[in-house]
Parts: sequence; structure tokens; C-alpha cells
Amino acid sequence: MTVIQELSEQLQQGNPKNVAELTRQAINENIDIKTILDKGLIAGMSVIGEKFKAHEIFLPHVLLAAKAMYAGMDLLKPLLLKEGIPTRGKVIIGSVQGDLHDIGKNLVAIMLKGAGFEVIDLGNDVSPEKFLDTAEKENAGVVGMSALLTTTMPVMKKVIDLARARGLYGKKRFIVGGAPLSSEYAKEIGADAYCFDGVSAVETVKRFAGIF
Amino acid sequence: MQSLAERLTQPGVLIADGAIGTMLFKCGLIAGECPEKINLDRSEILEEIALLYFHAGAEIVQTNTFGGSPLKLAMYSLDNKTEEINARAVQAVRKIVRDEAYISASCGPTGKLLEPFGDTKPEQIFETYRRQMKTLLAEGVDMICIETMTDIAEAVLAVKAARSISSMIPVCATMTFDPTPRGFYTIMGSTIEQAASELNNAGADIIGSNCGNGIMNMVTIAKEFKKHTTLPIIIQSNAGIPILKDGVSIYPETPEYMTEQSRELIDIDIKILGGCCGTTPAHIEAFKKILRENSAKTY
Repeated sequence: MTVIQELSEQLQQGNPKNVAELTRQAINENIDIKTILDKGLIAGMSVIGEKFKAHEIFLPHVLLAAKAMYAGMDLLKPLLLKEGIPTRGKVIIGSVQGDLHDIGKNLVAIMLKGAGFEVIDLGNDVSPEKFLDTAEKENAGVVGMSALLTTTMPVMKKVIDLARARGLYGKKRFIVGGAPLSSEYAKEIGADAYCFDGVSAVETVKRFAGIF
Repeated sequence: MQSLAERLTQPGVLIADGAIGTMLFKCGLIAGECPEKINLDRSEILEEIALLYFHAGAEIVQTNTFGGSPLKLAMYSLDNKTEEINARAVQAVRKIVRDEAYISASCGPTGKLLEPFGDTKPEQIFETYRRQMKTLLAEGVDMICIETMTDIAEAVLAVKAARSISSMIPVCATMTFDPTPRGFYTIMGSTIEQAASELNNAGADIIGSNCGNGIMNMVTIAKEFKKHTTLPIIIQSNAGIPILKDGVSIYPETPEYMTEQSRELIDIDIKILGGCCGTTPAHIEAFKKILRENSAKTY
């Protein structure tokens, strides 16, 4: 097994210590940084995403794999910056105002980071203004909104209405997700896409970023 | 009235109440507001909901303390009011049901993830439940109902916390399972078999499932529990997954539909039948009616 395969494997096992060590080893062996990222970390996280989607593994396993991924990512980040390798794109994410549930949103953030996107996680109870202010300031292409409660879902519409008022609608992509959401509702409020889970969020954001 | 512990040993299904949360929203709770803050400011709403369920025939009425653990209340900076919030909730229900129905103290998840997945230590979970349950028990509830659990480790800690205060009080523990191609699992990966064995070992008296994906799944879940436990079983299903219609969310399962499906739950002899999100006093009344018909047939 190559060091890159081993890296992906250890990430899937949720072992941060080994992932950090193997990342260091790969860097020392002068393996291309982009290869370490794509074929090691991103490949490993993608397997985790698919397995979670298929109910083969559960939340704890994903969270441990994410910890392992971050251990590798932390070492690669400064090198990616130094070599001027751009991220795949920037995504703002948060649970909407009034909603304190963040497990689903965190999972989506993990999967997006794991797919190589830069994710700015605003946490929960995020106001429409904060979503859009941050998206503008950070020049993010995608705004991801999450809601677990049927009572907080309408805040998503507020964000999109405000985006229209500010002339951001059509310039930035708005994606929504959460247990009570549906593609019909996404359409009704004018969101660009409904994402059923982390894997479909990654697919959608990749599509928006022109990565297939 | 005989004690709940005694009642549980006798034949026949007990009817519990339905949803509190979705009822609170109907009564004006604003999204983002702490649902337990109502206990301090507007306890008349709690009395109103308790009265509706009591009149519908609920023999067990729950307190509005689902998020009443200090860890959960801390999200709204209300943890310093833990005792008052929990005490007021029991008092509101007591005022309505007096000693004509049993009071069940709802204890939901802390919203924290245990180490190593999250940053919370088992001792913190145990202590947070202990603090909440101390007040609930001091106020004289008839049962502790640990519910909507997805992590078996957290559920076990909650049961142990209850047991550490009282060895006598009936403790009920329910988990929320999702259907997968390989059977039912919680999002944290706990199985029904695991729930049945570990909750029993921790000292629970009644076990089962709540919330979930509608009553049909609950019938399958209850049967699965039956395979793995001899403890009495509780089922509190939600009224299906909410659908949005003209900007309003609607729970699709009607009292008639849920009652029809519940016949099977009664047939396999579950002990407590109630409702979760989206169920209303009309659902409880329908449950009660079918039980009456059933006992008329049997005796």
C-alpha cells in the first residue's frame, strides 16, 4: 500500500495521529501536495460520505474521520497557500435564525471541507444579514442554509428575499437542507438547490463550481 | 389512585399524552425561543395543554421539561434557572390532573456529543441529568421519561442518573430510530437490540421508541423490541414527517390513520401508547376510544 492509500485508509479508520504522521511522511517524500490532498484526504472522506449515506456507518464514525481529516488538512493548508494552490471555492454555511440544531449542518460542513472546499461555518441561529454580509465580505460563491424545525424554515426565504433586495440573487448560489426540507420547498422560496445530505451537498456545490 | 409502578404490573395499555412542542408553537411559541422558558413566564399555556390531554383521556401527562437539563438550558443562558423551570412545569400539570393522572417528567437529550466524538465527558452528562431529575422527583412526578435519545451511551447515563436518586421511581427510556436497508438504527448507530439490553442493564423499567418516521415504522420497531426484552414497552410515534402546505407545516398522519395502525401495537401488548410531534388531543382521544372498544370485546 502506498503512503497515499495508507493515508486515505487511516482517515477512514478515524485515526488523527496516524493521518498527521502519514501526511508529514508524504510531504517529506516530496509527493505533490495536491495529490496528498486529492488522493489521500479527499478520497478518504469521500468513501466515508458514501458509507454514511448507505447507512453502513453512523455519525460517530464520520465525526472521528473528520477529526483525522483535520489533522492532515492542518499540515497541508500552509503548503497549499505557499504554493498558491487555490481551494475549490468558498462556501458560507449555517443553521438559520431560531434554529439551534447543528449536527446536520456540521456534517455538511465536514463533507464540503473533505471535498476540498473552503467552508466558513457561522454556527447556528444565523440571521439573514449575517449570512449575506459574510458571503459578500468573504466573496463566497455559495450560501448553505440548514433548518431542522418547520418553524425556522421560513427564515431561508427571508435570506433569499434579502439577497434579491441586495442584488446578490443570481450572483451567489443558495442551497438548503435539513430534515423538514424538500426540493419543492427549495423551489418555492427560490433556492438554487435542495441537498438531501452531505454527499448531495458536495455534488451540488461541485456542479456550481464547475467541477464534475 | 394506585401507584404507577403497581399499575404497570396489571394488564391493559395505558394511554399517554401527545405532543407538547408542536402544541406550544400553536399557542404562540416563537421559533428560536427556549420552549421551557414558557414555564417561567406563561405557565397558563402548560395548564391549557395538560387540560386538553387530560380531557382527551390521557392517563399519563408529560411535563414541559424536554430541554430542561442545565446543559441544554445553557444554550439559552437559562441554566441558572434549572430548578425553577423544572419545578414550575410539574406544578402546572399537577394543578390540572391533581391525582387523577400520572405525571411523567420528560428528559430529552442534552444536545451535546460525548467524547471522543464530541467534547462532553460522561460525568457532565450524568450530573446534568441528576440536577434536573432531583427537582422533578422532589416535585413528586410519577415517572421519569428519558426520550428521543439517539446515543445509547447518553441514554444509559440518564437512566443511571435517575436511578442514583431513586431506586423506586419508574424510569422510562425511549430512543429514536431510522429505517435503513439493514434494519433500524439511531443516527448514532445504536440498534434496538442494544437499546433493549443496555437500557435494561442501566435500570430502566419501561423501554421503547418515540418520535421517528410515523406509526407504520413504530409497529415494526415495537415488534423488534419484543424480541429482545421482557420489559414493558412504550411507543410514542410522531404523526409522520411534516409536509409544508402553503407555508404551514402539516403532520400527515390523522387520528383515524394512527389509531388504525395502533391496533397492532395493542395486539402485541405494548404497555404505554402515546404520541410525539404533530399528535394532538384528537389523536389521544382516538387511541382511548379504540382501547375501550378492545376491552369491551375481550371482557
